[in-house]
Amino acid sequence: MILKALFAASATAALLLALPANAAELTIGFSQIGSESGWRAAETSVSKQEATKRKVNLKIADAQQKQENQIKAIRSFIAQNVDAIFLAPVVSTGWDSVLKEAKEAKIPVVLLDRDIDPSGKELYLTAVTSDSVHEGEVAGDWLAKTVGAKACNIVELQGTVGASVATNRKKGFDTAIAKHANLKVVRSQTGDFTRAKGKEVMESFIKAEGGGKNICAVYAHNDDMMVGAIQAMKEAGLKPGKDILTVSIDAVPDIFKAMVAGEANATVELTPNMAGPALDAVAAFKGKGTVPPKWIQTESKLYTAADDPQKIYDSKKGLGY
Amino acid sequence: MQNSPDPALPLLEVRGISKSFGAVRALQEVDFTLRAGEIHALLGENGAGKSTLIKVVTGVFPRDAGIVRIGGEEVAPRSAKAALAAGIATVYQEVNLLPNLSVAQNLFLDRQPMRFGIVREGEMRRRAKALLAEFGLDIDVAAPLSSYSVAVQHVTAIARAVDLSARVLILDEPTASLDRHEVEILFGIMRQLAKRGIGIVFVSHFLDQVYEISDRITVLRNGRLVGERETASLPRLELIRLMLGRELAETTSARASVGEHKVREICASFENYGKAGYVAPFNLELRHGEVVGLAGLLGSGRTETARLVFGAERADGGKARVEGAPVRLQSPRDGVRHGFGYCPEERKTDGIVAELTVRENIVLALQAKRGLHRPLSRREQDELARRYVKMLDIRPPDPERPVGLLSGGNQQKVLLARWLATSPRLLVLDEPTRGIDVGAHAEIIRLIRELCDDGLSLLVISSELDEIVTYSDRVVVLRDRAHIEELAGEAIDVGNILAAIAADSVAVALEAHT
Amino acid sequence: MTALLPRRGLAQILALIVILAVDRVVSPQFFDLRLQDGRLFGSLIDVLNRGTPVALLSLGMVLVIATRGIDLSVGAVMAICGAIAASLADTHSLAVVLAAALGAGLICGLWNGFLVAVLGMQPIVATLILMVAGRGIAQLITEGRIVTFSSPDLVWLGNGSVLGLPVPVVIALGMLILTGAVVRGSALGLLIEATGGNARASELAGVGTRAMILSVYVWCGVCAALAGVIAAADIMGADANNAGLWLELDAILAVVIGGTSLFGGRFSLVLAVLGALIIQTMNTGILLSGYPPEFNLLVKAVVVLTVLLLQSPKLTGFAGIAARLRRTKP
Repeated sequence: MILKALFAASATAALLLALPANAAELTIGFSQIGSESGWRAAETSVSKQEATKRKVNLKIADAQQKQENQIKAIRSFIAQNVDAIFLAPVVSTGWDSVLKEAKEAKIPVVLLDRDIDPSGKELYLTAVTSDSVHEGEVAGDWLAKTVGAKACNIVELQGTVGASVATNRKKGFDTAIAKHANLKVVRSQTGDFTRAKGKEVMESFIKAEGGGKNICAVYAHNDDMMVGAIQAMKEAGLKPGKDILTVSIDAVPDIFKAMVAGEANATVELTPNMAGPALDAVAAFKGKGTVPPKWIQTESKLYTAADDPQKIYDSKKGLGY
Repeated sequence: MQNSPDPALPLLEVRGISKSFGAVRALQEVDFTLRAGEIHALLGENGAGKSTLIKVVTGVFPRDAGIVRIGGEEVAPRSAKAALAAGIATVYQEVNLLPNLSVAQNLFLDRQPMRFGIVREGEMRRRAKALLAEFGLDIDVAAPLSSYSVAVQHVTAIARAVDLSARVLILDEPTASLDRHEVEILFGIMRQLAKRGIGIVFVSHFLDQVYEISDRITVLRNGRLVGERETASLPRLELIRLMLGRELAETTSARASVGEHKVREICASFENYGKAGYVAPFNLELRHGEVVGLAGLLGSGRTETARLVFGAERADGGKARVEGAPVRLQSPRDGVRHGFGYCPEERKTDGIVAELTVRENIVLALQAKRGLHRPLSRREQDELARRYVKMLDIRPPDPERPVGLLSGGNQQKVLLARWLATSPRLLVLDEPTRGIDVGAHAEIIRLIRELCDDGLSLLVISSELDEIVTYSDRVVVLRDRAHIEELAGEAIDVGNILAAIAADSVAVALEAHT
Repeated sequence: MTALLPRRGLAQILALIVILAVDRVVSPQFFDLRLQDGRLFGSLIDVLNRGTPVALLSLGMVLVIATRGIDLSVGAVMAICGAIAASLADTHSLAVVLAAALGAGLICGLWNGFLVAVLGMQPIVATLILMVAGRGIAQLITEGRIVTFSSPDLVWLGNGSVLGLPVPVVIALGMLILTGAVVRGSALGLLIEATGGNARASELAGVGTRAMILSVYVWCGVCAALAGVIAAADIMGADANNAGLWLELDAILAVVIGGTSLFGGRFSLVLAVLGALIIQTMNTGILLSGYPPEFNLLVKAVVVLTVLLLQSPKLTGFAGIAARLRRTKP
């Protein structure tokens, strides 16, 4: 898959030149950011699946984290006169002129997964994104419900300092537990969204909180950090999932593996299926002229051990996470 | 430009200066007086305290005791910049300007003519040109300083200093890398500046030049003042006695014809050896117990020959033999493996590893020769270092001192020690006495003879023809990157060498060497 | 410089002690140690364990820097070798896994060394190539995913213990001793210092400077490979995107804190490792302190600045002058 990514530019060009002549199908160009994470890889493969399901011809251009590559890809989609363009923007600004070109060519643009600068609202059809504040709330609500009236000290593994996802997931979680006086975040540090840092930070939390005895739950801004934290708890002789509750966000396959082993309690899904709702919106717009709302929020579904984690793990592990 | 000071009042007065580095007393109550309009030579062996005195006066080193007065007023500069503000400018042997900037930029560094915050390049060049014209220099001031000879760089540094209204100009070994003609130009400038009332301190180890240019001489020895005399009333032998503190024949005696009748064995031979565009193919035989001198003007191919012989440069044709057996000399490693050693001309850049200690510098070549897996133990290293520090009288006799802190002569001895430690069969010495004081000079020449008598083969480059004649058994004369003549026995004298060099280009040679 | 010699290492030890003391203040249980499942457990052990990757990197980096070079690619090499180890772990024996990962590190080092020593490229540019490309190579190997494994042998490398000490710490200690023995037991140390101090002069003295330079980059690659394997073993997975990310800078910092000049020449292996420990002691202290993470980098910067100032010859000079002033003005 990454091999493809490496040759993305040339491959895209070749693909575009060999446009199929089947006019009945929709042809949609998707400017994907790259494959910086497992989730991103899953989004790409789910997008392909969803397109195949709807018999849409989806052309994916990998931008390798560069905005100029995305702009180039969009321009070539416009030149090929595709029916719609999906854009997962790598940054939030600098899109105005290329989106105007698309608008002039009457090609609707749908943003996937990330929003852009508000000044460009009329330049795109709709944005399909998850609400990361809401994700945090779902996590907080689950914890509040699970703990009940018992006092509970929570430690938090934040994402990268300054990343909007981290800020929002923290905000949502804080809002949810603010309603419950018995829940308190006693320690909060950044684990940079990585397993290694998640593990290191959790090790220090355990030491700082009486060998983990004072910790009732861990909240991690993503599953990767939680996987690291689970290792840290096990090495400290603690039983994650029993001694200490865990709740994290993303729903990557490995957290379900931990759930199967009884070492993780809950995760909130950041669905990799952004393309599905986007494809439906485009089909409705092209067919009946239905204008979708400016923001299509994806579902932030909660998964716990009660949801047959083994089955979910099996269904997810092939997606490229 | 200068205010002529009262001639009765000394321009620069140094009284009772003392300076110690740790336990070493580098200067002890030294006095020094410079009058306006005089050229005053500051002399002494390496380590006598000349550099320390200059650095204390110019504020590079803080002083422990004593006072400095300029024009009767006491000054205590804390940096070279402050010294300059007080009117003292120093031009060092290695010119301390910025080689990649233009001549004009160097002249007006820190004080470029500006308008609206933008440097006025045209104005700056015009003024630079005018300034250098005062010194008889007409060059493209927009070209980088590094594109000019050391002489021009020196004049640029002096011009900058004078333009910054320096009243005291200290020239530290300004002639070390100049040819005769350039020295004449520099002396002309010095006389002209002296006439304008500037006091000039001239540090040099070329005694001929000292007698030619200076009005008075101050001699330091071991950090103490040993005398201040009028140049005209100080005989040369007396001066050397003051400097060395011992009687010494002024010139080293010509070599005795040792083993004249012995047939010496060939140590290394080169047949049609050369490299296109570097040195024309040459034949050269180097014998045990023999010194071969390489003579010629700068750029005649002397250093190039040395590098080919040692293996620092690859030949593109010809054969090399060591003790009769054909060898390939592709790298310095090959040279070292075959028992060659090479003391390059540029000690600082090509010779010493300044940061490492005397001991480490001495054992370096031997260790490289032995290879990684046969390290010299610390005891062996100490033993070697001690032996050579003693044998060559390296000062200070501290093997653990970083070699960069030693004087030039002692650094040269460390390099000699490095090669002697490898028990070489052939030593190639490129300008072994350059930049070295009288005492060390004589010592190194004596060493060359001794090594030769021990059966070593030596190939020596020197610009000093008198010196070459003194120790060489044979002299190869080079011109235009080719070996043109080989002199032996009675034929070796300065006149014959000059005649060979000058065979075609008479004018150049005579200008440079008579 | 001679004046500073006897005090070599003093600044680093002092810095470490001060940071440890601060850690004790922000986290009272900092020095607590207990035995947990046959291994020592406590913040001090965390410092050693977490400091291992940078300590290993600094062992290679210090030699590279001693030759007046720099290796920016070590983080990427960690990612490559961690990815290789993780991909092979469940299907091959530990010996094969290690050989493949260390072999890859060696090849990476050879590549860097070839560019620098043979082609004469500037080290910073030469190693930048692999720094950028290396992470791409690692992503190719892992296909952008976190490749997990369960091979108990490899997991043991990251999480096991020997005599109560974490295996990574034992490995790092072993590497320090091995590197020290090779470098100081042979003439390598002297020849590397000579090469870094003055390559031209060393070449003319018969030192094989190219071989020296090549070998230090190779060693740096091997050290990075080992660090990469340990980092992967620690989280039981290879994270090509994040493994070793920015650690090249920590390794360079460790070397600099250890008193080795970026201009080459004199180096100290032990002090470089001490530098790595200083960095980690500080990191762990920050994590334990409970301060908001927004302050992490600021605190780190201030501490590093202080440690480097402690070593600055200029500053020690000021201290000397101040002392003299106190003496003269009783």
